[in-house]
Amino acid sequence: MTPFTFARAGDTAEALRQGERAGTKYLGGGTNLVDLMREQIEAPTALVDVTGLSSGIEETGGGGLLIGAATRNTAVAEHRLIRTRYPLLARAILAGASGQIRNMATVAGNMLQRTRCAYFYDEAARCNKRAPGVGCDAIDGFNRMHAILGASPACVATHPSDMCVALAAIGATVHLQGAGGARTLPFTDLHRLPEGRPDIETLLEPGELITGVELPALPFAVRSTYRKVRDRSSYAFALVSVAAAVDLAEDGTVREARLALGGVAHKPWRAFRAEAALIGAQPSENAFRAAAEAALEGAAPLADNAFKIELAKRTITAVLAELTGVSA
Amino acid sequence: MAITINGTAYSPPQDARVSLLDLLRERLGLSGTKKGCDQGACGACTVLVDGERILSCLTLAVQVDGRAVTTIEGLSEDGALHPLQQAFIVHDGFQCGYCTPGQICSAIGMAAEVRRGVPSVVTADLGADAPVLSDDELRERMSGNLCRCGAYNGIIDAIRETYATEAAE
Ligand SMILES: Cc1cc2nc3c(=O)[nH]c(=O)nc-3n(C[C@H](O)[C@H](O)[C@H](O)COP(=O)(O)OP(=O)(O)OC[C@H]3O[C@@H](n4cnc5c(N)ncnc54)[C@H](O)[C@@H]3O)c2cc1C
Ligand code: FES
Ligand code: FES
Repeated sequence: MTPFTFARAGDTAEALRQGERAGTKYLGGGTNLVDLMREQIEAPTALVDVTGLSSGIEETGGGGLLIGAATRNTAVAEHRLIRTRYPLLARAILAGASGQIRNMATVAGNMLQRTRCAYFYDEAARCNKRAPGVGCDAIDGFNRMHAILGASPACVATHPSDMCVALAAIGATVHLQGAGGARTLPFTDLHRLPEGRPDIETLLEPGELITGVELPALPFAVRSTYRKVRDRSSYAFALVSVAAAVDLAEDGTVREARLALGGVAHKPWRAFRAEAALIGAQPSENAFRAAAEAALEGAAPLADNAFKIELAKRTITAVLAELTGVSA
Repeated sequence: MAITINGTAYSPPQDARVSLLDLLRERLGLSGTKKGCDQGACGACTVLVDGERILSCLTLAVQVDGRAVTTIEGLSEDGALHPLQQAFIVHDGFQCGYCTPGQICSAIGMAAEVRRGVPSVVTADLGADAPVLSDDELRERMSGNLCRCGAYNGIIDAIRETYATEAAE
């Protein structure tokens, strides 16, 4: 590990002052950053611990919630209002990592965790994320875990977070603070697709701090869930995951739906087209399968991961059936 | 400030690179906490910080400055083993023993989470106040601790006996 200085930020202003300096990184729980520093993939010269900054969950007017950036993943999942109003978020968090890691991980750190692509971790491999322009060994390598949507010739890595898939479905808003002041971003815009610059993963400015994430009121999310398909039943990253919420009208048709996928793209993937396809539909396996087809339209498999396309379609169909009581 | 470890205060290391795990094992001689993978994937390094289970391999020692760390060495009281330690012996909760300190610290932290009402991904009713500790729940909640000897059945028996009885009381 490259030597670095360590300081705890007492407040946001102090964090920003320190975060402005080149070579500085903010530290949440450290569960991703410390690992990447040990692997020499990240080499900051200064760490600013921001876990002492906002870590509460507050109600916003109108039925939403504001979650502080430093709130631990466990604290979010166990919060009564998250469990009852946004079960898909509680379930997504609980589907990730392990009890120990969820106790350490912060909300902001979870959002900014980096890909688990084995070539990104392997110093001997070419990776455009680590060294822009050198090439990507995953594209012709072992790419069973890699992206089927939104990838580019430069990068086929996936975003590994479970929590983020639920935040995308919920339509959360990220609160940021930087040298230029405070701003917000729709959560679905926070992460980028790789295009020619997979090393640039988000729209954050250098030194910008995530201060929180806001969940809009979404009353129909009481009918929501998260399903994760993986190689072993726990403590493994997703092959494919689905976060969904469905609002049914009096006549039983779909009034509105939210759908997002994990394990399939460089960013948490909100399936807007599939959501649109569901509106007005009478819940049925056929309608859900049609929405799943819409969600995966344009999916492009690599040598080892074509199975993800059908797996994602079946998982979407099964989750929507579960939420609406249709037998599938 | 200081890091309190099993009740004794220590000053944090000068070099911020030192992990809590290396501080414990290499500098303080507390070798009960084990290093399996050093990357968060096995749970052998699990310790309690202010009563919460965490991974000491992914924690920089300076991060826990001002907090209280409990390791496997700090669990016995007046020379008597912690009830869970005793249960691991009774139920053959280990073979080589390498994962055991992490399993035991993890289970103690897990039990506190259950008392607080923290759900797990296999909890059917997220609104329930008190999760029922079925074997599925125990296995899911303990999935962050791998045992390469495969002593899982004994591990689950030991934890069930210690905490499911407690829950029933
Ligand atoms: C073995 C293992 C298995 C895992 N399995 C899963 C899984 O199944 N599903 C899953 O979703 N995740 C999984 N994870 C990943 C885990 O969820 C992340 O490591 C964790 O969420 C990161 O949070 P952190 O607070 O520890 O982040 P850190 O490691 O502290 O930071 C991560 C990044 O965020 C930046 N950062 C932190 N806070 C801020 C802020 N306020 N503003 C701006 N930047 C900030 C840091 O600079 C760094 O770049 C796993 C991890 C491990 C080690
Ligand atoms: S040594 Fe810490 S998780 Fe393996
Ligand atoms: S007893 Fe050997 S690793 Fe668990």
